[in-house]
Amino acid sequence: MINDKKIFLTLLADMLLVRRFEELVARMYGLRKIGGFCHLYIGEEAVAVGAISSLDLKTDYVIAAYRDHGHALACGMDPGAVMAELYGKETGCSKGKGGSMHMYDAGKHMFGGNGIVGGQIPVAAGLAFKIAYREEKGVVLCFFGDGAIHQGSFHESVNLAKIYNLPIIFICENNQYGMGTDFRRVSAIDDLSAMGKSYGIDGKQVNGMDVLEVYSEVKKLSDEIKKKPGPGFLEIKTYRYKGHSMSDPAKYRTKEELAEYRQRDPIELLKVRMIDAGQLDEAEYKKMDDKAKKISQDAADFAESSAQPALDEIYSDIFA
Amino acid sequence: MELTVREALNQAMSEEMRRDKDVFLIGEEVAQYDGAYKVSQGMLKEFGPKRVIDTPITEEGFTGLGIGAAMAGLRPIVEWMTLNFSLMAIDQVINNAAKTRYMSGGQFAFPIVFRGPNGPAEFLAAQHSQALQSLFAHIPGLKVCAPSTPADAKGMLKSAIRDDNPVIFLEAEMMYSWKGEVPDEEYLVRLGEAAVRAEGQDVTIAGFSKPMRNILEAAEALEKRGISCEVIDIRSIRPLDEETIFSSVKKTNRIVVVDEAWPFASVGSHISHLVTTNCFDYLDAPPGLVAMEDVPMPYNREMEKQVCISTDKIVKAAESVLYL
Ligand SMILES: Cc1ncc(C[n+]2csc(CCOP(=O)(O)OP(=O)(O)O)c2C)c(N)n1
Ligand SMILES: [Mg+2]
Repeated sequence: MINDKKIFLTLLADMLLVRRFEELVARMYGLRKIGGFCHLYIGEEAVAVGAISSLDLKTDYVIAAYRDHGHALACGMDPGAVMAELYGKETGCSKGKGGSMHMYDAGKHMFGGNGIVGGQIPVAAGLAFKIAYREEKGVVLCFFGDGAIHQGSFHESVNLAKIYNLPIIFICENNQYGMGTDFRRVSAIDDLSAMGKSYGIDGKQVNGMDVLEVYSEVKKLSDEIKKKPGPGFLEIKTYRYKGHSMSDPAKYRTKEELAEYRQRDPIELLKVRMIDAGQLDEAEYKKMDDKAKKISQDAADFAESSAQPALDEIYSDIFA
Repeated sequence: MELTVREALNQAMSEEMRRDKDVFLIGEEVAQYDGAYKVSQGMLKEFGPKRVIDTPITEEGFTGLGIGAAMAGLRPIVEWMTLNFSLMAIDQVINNAAKTRYMSGGQFAFPIVFRGPNGPAEFLAAQHSQALQSLFAHIPGLKVCAPSTPADAKGMLKSAIRDDNPVIFLEAEMMYSWKGEVPDEEYLVRLGEAAVRAEGQDVTIAGFSKPMRNILEAAEALEKRGISCEVIDIRSIRPLDEETIFSSVKKTNRIVVVDEAWPFASVGSHISHLVTTNCFDYLDAPPGLVAMEDVPMPYNREMEKQVCISTDKIVKAAESVLYL
C-alpha cells in the first residue's frame, strides 16, 4: 500500500470536500434551492475519491450513475459549477438543464451522470473503445451500483470489453442497497466480485471505507491495463449514510447497521491513521475541514448569486 | 366513498387478486417497500411474497417474465417504477407481447397489464420526465389506457386486468394524490369509451390523464367569459372512442386536443388528423394541438414550466380556434 503523506493529505481534503458539500446540498434541498431527485454520496466518499485520484484525467475517463456529485468533485470539477447545476442556474456545469443526476464536464473527462440504472455501462465501453481505437494510453473508470449490476447492460458490456480487450475498470459500488432493496435479496450470489468470472475477468473485493485501499487497488489495476489492455472489475464495498434519495426515510435498515458503518467512517479512518503516524494533528485537520466548508459555502453563494438561464435556452443544445 | 388515485389503483389490484388467484404483481420495490410511490401499500401483507414480488433492477427480464407467464395462462400485473424505465423493456412488449398472438395465428393470449407513472413530474430532467404514450399507442396489438380520476383508475384497471390482451396502463406521479368519488359497490369501466366531462357548444377540448385537470381549469376560465366548452376525457387511447370525439366536433365545429407528449407523431397529432379527415366539412378552424415543447425536459423549474403544457396554453389554443 502507498505511504505518501502528500497523497494522504489530498485524499483527506477531497473526501472532506465531498462530505461538507453534500451536507450543504442536503440543507439547501431542505430550503428548496434544489429540487427533484437528489442522491447524496455521504459515507461513500472513499470510493470516488480513492479511485479517481489515482487517474490522470488528461488521458483517463470517468463515467458514473445519478449519485454523481462526489465523482464530479473528485474529477476536479468546479464546486461552484456543480452547486449551480443543482440550483438549476445558467452557470451550472450543464447550464441548469441537467440537475443532480447529470453532472458533466467534457474537458475534465467526467462523462456523466446518468439517470437510467445501468445506462452508462455500455457507454463506458464505448469510451474505452475510443482509447483502444486511437491506441491511446488511458483507462476508463465505469461506476455503477449493486442494483445496476443485474441489468443486461452490465453483462453485455463486460463481454464486449473482454472480447475487444478494452481498457476499462468496471467498479461496482456496493453500498448494500438498491433503493430499499438489500442487494442479497436480488442477487443470485452475495460476492458480486465473482460476476466478471464467466466473462473471463477476475474480480476483486475492495474495502470501500478505506480510501488507501481503494486508491492502491485502482492504481495497480489501471497501471496493468495501461501496459496490457483489457477489462478489470472491482466490487468496492461501501455504505450510504442517508436514504436512497432525499425523499427516502430508509426504514428498511436498522439504526445499528448504520451506526456500525459510521464506526468505520472513511474520513475518520484516514484521519486517525495519519494522526497515529504523526502526519497530522487535530489543529491541521480542523483547518482542512474549515477549508472544505468554506469551498462548499462559496459554491452555494456562487450558485445563489448566479442568474437563471434565459427561457429561450430550452431550444438550444438539441443538435450539434 | 372518496379515494385518491393511489388508493383506487390499490383497490383495483387487490380486488382482482382476491377474485382470481392467477393475478399477481411483480416489479421493483412493489413488495417490501410498498411501492416506490406506495401504490401497492399493504399488498405484500395481504397476499404474501408469492403474489407480490420484488425484482432486481432488470426491466427487460421481469417484463419478459411477465409476458411468458401470461402466455402460459397467468394474469400478471407488471409495475414499471416509471414509464421512463419501460424503455429498457420495450422490446419484450413490442416484439413479444404485442405480436405473438398474430404470429401464431391466434394460438396465444396475453392477459397482462403493464402499469406505472408516465409523463413529467417536477424537476426531474430529461431522462425522468417523458410522456411515452405515443410509443405504445403506435403498436397494433397493445391497448393503452390513461385515466384521470380515481373512479376511472379503479374501474379501468380492473377491466385491464380482466382483459385477455396486453394493456399499457398509464398513471402519473402528480395524480396519485388526487381525490375523487368512487362507487362503493363493485364496478368496471369498459376500455374503449371516452367520457364527456362537460357538455358545451362552442369548442371541444379533448385530452387524457394528468392534463385533464388543466383542461377543466381552462374550460372553467373560458366559461366565465361566456365560451361554452365540451370537455372530453379520452381515457382509452387504444381502442380510441372516435365516435364520441367526432360527434362532439360535429356539434361544436372546433377542437383543441391536449396531449402532454411531444407533438411529432403523437396521440394528439393523430387525433387531430382523424378529426380533420372525418369531420372536415364540420370544422370552422383547423384542430388545435397543445403539446409538450419539442425539446428534452430541462431541469431548471422555470424552463420546465415553459416546456410543459399548462392551463394557459390550453386557453390560448381555444382562443385561437375560436379566432379570438
Ligand atoms: C432503468 C431504471 N430502473 C429503475 C430506476 C429507479 N432507480 C433509481 S436508483 C435505483 C436503485 C439503484 O441502486 P444501485 O444501482 O445499487 O445504486 P445506488 O443508488 O445504491 O447508488 C432505482 C431502482 C432507474 N433510475 N432506472
Ligand atoms: Mg446500491
